Amino acid sequence: MATFDYSIVEEAAKQLYIRALCNLPPDVREALKKAYARETQPTARSIFEAMFKAIEIADTKKTLLCQDTGLPIYKVRIGSSFDWNGAKIKAALYEGAKRATQEFPFRSSSTHTITRVNPQTSVGPGLPVTYFDFDGESDVLDILMIPKGSGSENMSKMKMFYPQHGIKAVKKFILDTVVESSANPCPPGIIGVGLGGTSDLVMKLAKDAIARPVGQRNPDPMLAEMEVELEEAINATGRGPMGLGGDVSCLAVHIESAYTHITQNPVAVNTQCWPARRARAIIKPSGDVSYGF
Amino acid sequence: MSKTYHLTSPFTEEVIRELHAGDIVYFDGPLFGIRDLTQIYIFDKGNPPPVSLEGMPCIHTAPSLRKVGDKWEKICVGTTTSTRMERFTPGLIGQYGVRAIIGKGGLYEDSLKAMQKYGAVYLAIVGGAAALETEQIEEVEQVYFEQLHPEALYRFRVKNFGPLTVAMDSHGVHLYEKVTEQVKKRLPDIYAKLGVL
Repeated sequence: MATFDYSIVEEAAKQLYIRALCNLPPDVREALKKAYARETQPTARSIFEAMFKAIEIADTKKTLLCQDTGLPIYKVRIGSSFDWNGAKIKAALYEGAKRATQEFPFRSSSTHTITRVNPQTSVGPGLPVTYFDFDGESDVLDILMIPKGSGSENMSKMKMFYPQHGIKAVKKFILDTVVESSANPCPPGIIGVGLGGTSDLVMKLAKDAIARPVGQRNPDPMLAEMEVELEEAINATGRGPMGLGGDVSCLAVHIESAYTHITQNPVAVNTQCWPARRARAIIKPSGDVSYGF
Repeated sequence: MSKTYHLTSPFTEEVIRELHAGDIVYFDGPLFGIRDLTQIYIFDKGNPPPVSLEGMPCIHTAPSLRKVGDKWEKICVGTTTSTRMERFTPGLIGQYGVRAIIGKGGLYEDSLKAMQKYGAVYLAIVGGAAALETEQIEEVEQVYFEQLHPEALYRFRVKNFGPLTVAMDSHGVHLYEKVTEQVKKRLPDIYAKLGVL
């Protein structure tokens, strides 16, 4: 088999970080437009207008939409019908995130958790956050990049309910978490929800949920129904854009679920801010790279 | 009914007292950038600002700048969360005459009281819209306490800076709190509809 040049993955990892920071996905733009169309409060409408202007400036000037460059997350799906080298992919993501930061250049938001020293690289032990999954049907490398800002990430919550608490407690927890987070996560964004699994998996599921295009429903009709129900509940609060009051408090609720232990009933919430940034690259064994969302 | 104002900084007490929670403000003129370390340096370490802040707006800034020769240039300037700055705000207003604090997320009771007493407001910016904010900053005119960069004291010159929502006014109205009260009133019905009670 031909040897693959992993500098292609490194370059893609760099481009993905920059693209994600500068170019908001079309589904997010569309969701914001729809939200603006149904917003009735004048203050809230002026906030949406400022968002649209910021998106336009980021487009025309090829600049960062938000100054918070976030923590870099790469979700990789490896096609099994090509002999990809996982270790080389991981190393390339690390270098790519670092190069994006130093060559664009933009602020590194990554720091040592105790000394708070920031080496201005966006990477370090544990960073970038990388997840690997596999696809038996394809031969491509599918990389989704998400820069996760802190305003929304700091509002994350997880709770291990018991089976006796049922789905009622879970729904109330989700709504209460959003209400408590108030203006902090730069609403209206995507409310990511994880249900089931272990304590770590449930949090990852919530993160998977915010990675979906806005409003793409969970294929399970029961969960899709719950998404709609929670969206309506959150928007009925009147918290509004930037927490200053209005009809739109979230763009969507996304739920991801897994089986759990017979004695467990875990739930997690991970919020994504209104600039719900992400970028995707599909890399073929031939070395062709195509970018999208 | 909410009004829209186009102002010029520095502001007089009279102009600031006209503003009410929910109004929209745009302004031209000087704007000072401050954040955590700037204020620790001023208030805790006892270094008064080397420039008058009388009547000035101060923003809780998150600046990405580069220095070319002697000149500071903007790369991307955004706004950080205000709640961490609560402790310093009454001093900024009472001691140094600051008339507007710009940030996101709002401040608390002591700041609101100082705003009432001295005539100042809190203006909420749209978070996540740094591209727009950077565009509206015409120039980084001066950087004081340069050794603290990116947490120094910055003098920006801005043009048509906004939209900013008056979120805390000089009449004791706190818009975030008002919205929170409304949310609380609506919650029982929302819980009932969701079937979680």
